[in-house]
Amino acid sequence: MRAVVLGNDVYAYTGARAVDTGHPSVVFVHGAGNDHSVWALQSRYFAHHGWNALAVDLPAHGRSGGAPLASVEALADWLVAFLDAAGVAQAALVGHSMGSLAALECAARHADRVSKLALVGTAAPMPVSEMLLEAAKRNDHVACELITGWSFSAAKQLGGSQVPGLWLTGNGLRLLEREKPGVLYADLAACNGYVAGETSAAKLRCAVLAILGARDLMAPARNARALIAKFADARVVTIPDCGHSLMAEQPDAVLDALRAFLIPAT
Amino acid sequence: MRYHTNALSAARPMTKPKTPHFDTLSLHAGARPDPQTGARATPIYQSASFVFPDSDHAAALFNMERAGHVYSRISNPTCAVLEERIAALEGGVGAIATASGQAALHLAIVTLLGAGQHIVASRALYGGSHNLLDFTLPRFGVTTTFVDPRDLDAWRTAIRPETRLFFGETLGNPGLDVLDIPRVAELAHDHGLPLLVDSTFTTPYLLQPFALGADLAFHSATKFLSGHGVVIGGLLVDSGQFDWDDPQARGKFPTLTEPYAGFHNMVFAEESTVAGFLLRARREGIRDFGACMAPFTAFQILQGIETLPLRMARHVENARRIVAFLAAHPLVESVGYPELPTHPDHALAAKLLPKGSGAVFSFNLKGTRAQGRTFVEALKLFSHLANVGDAKSLVIHPASTTHFRMTADDLVRAGVTEGMIRLSVGLENPDDLIEDLSRALYAAGKV
Repeated sequence: MRAVVLGNDVYAYTGARAVDTGHPSVVFVHGAGNDHSVWALQSRYFAHHGWNALAVDLPAHGRSGGAPLASVEALADWLVAFLDAAGVAQAALVGHSMGSLAALECAARHADRVSKLALVGTAAPMPVSEMLLEAAKRNDHVACELITGWSFSAAKQLGGSQVPGLWLTGNGLRLLEREKPGVLYADLAACNGYVAGETSAAKLRCAVLAILGARDLMAPARNARALIAKFADARVVTIPDCGHSLMAEQPDAVLDALRAFLIPAT
Repeated sequence: MRYHTNALSAARPMTKPKTPHFDTLSLHAGARPDPQTGARATPIYQSASFVFPDSDHAAALFNMERAGHVYSRISNPTCAVLEERIAALEGGVGAIATASGQAALHLAIVTLLGAGQHIVASRALYGGSHNLLDFTLPRFGVTTTFVDPRDLDAWRTAIRPETRLFFGETLGNPGLDVLDIPRVAELAHDHGLPLLVDSTFTTPYLLQPFALGADLAFHSATKFLSGHGVVIGGLLVDSGQFDWDDPQARGKFPTLTEPYAGFHNMVFAEESTVAGFLLRARREGIRDFGACMAPFTAFQILQGIETLPLRMARHVENARRIVAFLAAHPLVESVGYPELPTHPDHALAAKLLPKGSGAVFSFNLKGTRAQGRTFVEALKLFSHLANVGDAKSLVIHPASTTHFRMTADDLVRAGVTEGMIRLSVGLENPDDLIEDLSRALYAAGKV
């Protein structure tokens, strides 16, 4: 679907389904330098199981227009503007990496708009190394290589995609290469500058799920502990042998964790 | 967390990650020891179908909500390892294993083009590819203009409003015309068109077309990839670099950018930003045309690729020895090998093919057609057959075999002469190969 959000044309993948106000909604928020397609399997599942699944391209990412937003707080407020534009009163938010910070901050600022919160590959604070920031600032391809190299577990650097025939690191690299100049740097700078994570986490009253990769080098599981301890109602799923690109490395495990969290048992 | 200095400890800050090298990927990409049995070699999953844990899981697999295998025409675990491996070696996003190289070419074309659309192709093509483009596809409404691969203006002027694809061989068959991939790709991209290349003669060991600008590549894996002349198979690889929705390309590729009623109105380029082409090729082309690879074939090609770097280096080393021998022989009129200064693509080959120009090349004998026949029949180590890229050395007369359906004019345009002999240099001791050639040339000289 396409919508106009704060004056800019925005794309969200919906599994070829129109938004139905009678259905529960879930918004998937991608990480730095990525787009909606990182959620392809998970968002498609919910879209075809009675949900409005909206995997959004954040401003300047993928198929969305506008300029990249400079802070996690701005991303959080933008998500509410997106919900307004999509005609969604309340949604579960599922965010990955930078997207998890945006979702967290959105839930803290706009509690009435967020039913549940799922944070994938998360940690807060999320400081970014100078080497990566500088490379991204120069729009140097090295930034894409660094992220790709650190985003997959050591085993997955040699493949083993659950989706037949896909070379995971090649996919990850190409997706980063697609982003417009300046977008990756803006994303990384937003992560680097976000300091409110634990404070915002303490404000939340909605249920929270953290899905962590046991082999995550970008957001090591141990670095999420302090954040998770601040939530009033949190559960944690740690996926063994999985790096930071959880949805690509272990798509079914991520989906199963989300199903268990979002879909009430019957 | 730090994206850079992280839980590995402050004493061991993260440095630039080291990606596996080509020869390591040749052995390991896509594979791991079997988690159930510990088998180190990739198992041959000789199963038509795969059991669903439950009905919801089955439906999710069919609807691309979960990852996995359903039916071996669509995907198979052994074939998937091969697909990942070739994608890794090529620097692509993924691949599809097909029944043959011809099936891979067909799959690429039918995924992008329909009736009324047009291809611009190099005229220096394998005879089978030429047949498909010149004789068979026009019956289905897809036409091709063939151009001199070295003439960039010819590529440009052949473009029509309905053109959807550029196609050439990295090394043309049989004259070894070196495709100037960077320039041809740039021209294609300026017109919103992808460049597809046949990389069979070079393999990713000698040339990685995506790094030079090509968008799609395919292989007859029958040749150097499997390397032993025992299987028929093809591989179609997607670079993930071509943006099907780019302003230059917009509207040209509705198979990827518009809803497909044959798969729940999926828009493939939206479903996967970088692998939409492969999605459509698998979910339509392999599903409906059915030219899939058998798992045993994939196993054998995987075995071959494990030693690809070693074999290709030796193939090239042997070919260079034989090229030098033939070029100096009094009964040889000419040798067509890009590393020779006499080859029209000598400079381009030095730039694009620094590891060598492969091990398949042609030469012209002085003398009559009868002398050519005597030469071929006098060879003992070189096998007279229709294949290339075997560990064993091979020989053929293209004008009467691989290119026999072409007219005399087309033969000239494709660079094939009546006296041309094509060699595929194998892995035997080069002294023995030279002795075999020397003996056969002597026999030919006595006719």
